[in-house]
Amino acid sequence: MKTLHLKKMIALGLGAVLVAGVIAGCGGEKKKAGAEAGKVYRIGVLQLVQHGALDAANQGFVDGLAARGYKDGETIHLDQQNAQGDQSNLKTISQRFVNNKVDLIYAIATPAAQTVANETKTIPVVGSAITDYEAAKLVRSNDKPGGNVTGTTDYIPPKQQIDLALTLIPQAKTVGALYTASEANSQVQVKAMKEYAAEQGLTVVEASVANVNDIQQAVQSFVGKVDFIYCPTDNTIASAMANIAKIAVPAKLPVFAGDETMVRTGGTAGVSVNFYQLGFQSGEMAADILAGKASPAAMPVAAQKEAKVIINKEAAAAIGLTIPDELLKAAE
Amino acid sequence: MNDLVISTIAQGLLWSVMAIGVYLTFRILHIADLSVEGTFPLGAAVAAVLLEGQHSPAAAILAAGIAGMLAGAATGLLHTKLKIPALLAGILTMIALYSVNLRVMGKANVSLLNTDTVYTSLEFLHLSPNMTTFVVGLIAAVVCPALLYWFFGTEIGLALRATGNNPQMIRAMGVNTDNMILLGLVLSNGVVAVSGALIAQSNGFADVGMGVGTIVIGLASVIIGEVLFGSRSVKNALISVVLGSIVYRIVIAVVLYLGMPPNDLKLFTALLVAIALSLPLVKTRLDSRKAGI
Repeated sequence: MKTLHLKKMIALGLGAVLVAGVIAGCGGEKKKAGAEAGKVYRIGVLQLVQHGALDAANQGFVDGLAARGYKDGETIHLDQQNAQGDQSNLKTISQRFVNNKVDLIYAIATPAAQTVANETKTIPVVGSAITDYEAAKLVRSNDKPGGNVTGTTDYIPPKQQIDLALTLIPQAKTVGALYTASEANSQVQVKAMKEYAAEQGLTVVEASVANVNDIQQAVQSFVGKVDFIYCPTDNTIASAMANIAKIAVPAKLPVFAGDETMVRTGGTAGVSVNFYQLGFQSGEMAADILAGKASPAAMPVAAQKEAKVIINKEAAAAIGLTIPDELLKAAE
Repeated sequence: MNDLVISTIAQGLLWSVMAIGVYLTFRILHIADLSVEGTFPLGAAVAAVLLEGQHSPAAAILAAGIAGMLAGAATGLLHTKLKIPALLAGILTMIALYSVNLRVMGKANVSLLNTDTVYTSLEFLHLSPNMTTFVVGLIAAVVCPALLYWFFGTEIGLALRATGNNPQMIRAMGVNTDNMILLGLVLSNGVVAVSGALIAQSNGFADVGMGVGTIVIGLASVIIGEVLFGSRSVKNALISVVLGSIVYRIVIAVVLYLGMPPNDLKLFTALLVAIALSLPLVKTRLDSRKAGI
């Protein structure tokens, strides 16, 4: 009897939570339905994980929409969601967006976009922080997506990093590629880098890591073996740039990184993606879709409008790199 | 709203297959087998690669199951033959599978968008996508426990259960407990890999990072199920695990629906599992206090 009583209480408590959820849900829907008369567009934002670059892509999107007159709480309602790295949550959040019949979904990072694209073929999806839309089967082709998905790519041809490295260190013979094995975007970039390095007569030494804990040893393995280190835009590597600098700077190893924040937090130089700028462009694309000026099917996947050379002057000085004046003027 | 309810239950059913794998080792063998964090994406990887190569969904799911069983055997052999503690053996397999999964897929992420899957093969039923997932989930969540229930009634199945409960007794009866533990791990990881294959097809991609947190989801489902729905018999326990998995998904969906700050989600999950784990103790305390009065 007592067991039964306790079970009833638990069941009741659980029921109460569910009812509360339903009520909260309905209340929200009513509010939104009323607001829709005044043309408030609902936008679902799905971010894979909390992370500097992805946060910047998120903020850029919000600002990009605002710049076009779509301000949160006024003409649009943003539903911000983050799966916190747990991929099982992506599905639940995507379904919530589809069920709420949002007008547009902004997906940050590849698995987020794939989950959303699998859930809806009609709601426009704008992506960001995705390297290869075609390989992820998000679009039929990067120039002509053909479906409901488009967005901005964080791909900057590794050729530009290598060219920059060779300008600064013309005598370089070997390059160490440092990346995370589990990140599809890194693999794409490293593959392209290897091809270009071969053309330039450079030898490539690879070191891939599984997580942040492996990075120290991976960098250590480069010391004495390579002339400079190449890092693609890679989430794991990005979060450990300070750690990399700790080994690379005393060893006088320049580090060329593909993302602005990576250069600022420990890299030496790079032709860099600015994730805020990318998100901003995605926001502008979303604004065009909401305004009915464009459809995702006909909107090519966009790259960052201008890629800047970023130089970390302190790191460059510590390594003893001399930077040509004209480059220093053009760079940030 | 209805759609959200169906899709949440459908997710619970799909994940329940994974939870049953965890139940097998955690409750029957009394081992917390961490290799599931590797076998779950392994199943997804094997299935995704085969589906990409135009193989039938049935073949893909079957192959995923077999791959999972092999991985389970690795953990089992490490534990029984090399006498490595079960927890560590699981961790070793999990780490090894990370590389294996990357090898299987050839990259970190295989997309299944616009690929024929078990769900598209049911298109002739003309159901909504959520209903299709529900139907597949229901079949999986009935067939898998039913097969295990039948197995636990066989002589080997009984020996396996006894191995977890009282290894000394069952050894005295002439059963090789090492073989039973090996068999349990093989079955468990096979089931988990099948679940990985089903969920990858439902999500639209297989990703090398998709195994992160599966053991927590599995344990939470098992424990929530036990606390809410009991575990008096094997049949009861198996049904409880399925229901527990559904309740877990409902809780997550409600929490997301209410708009909990995303940074607090993991803390909430941990709290949920901690509360579920401590409920039996609270119950005994309450009962003894009442008896005292």
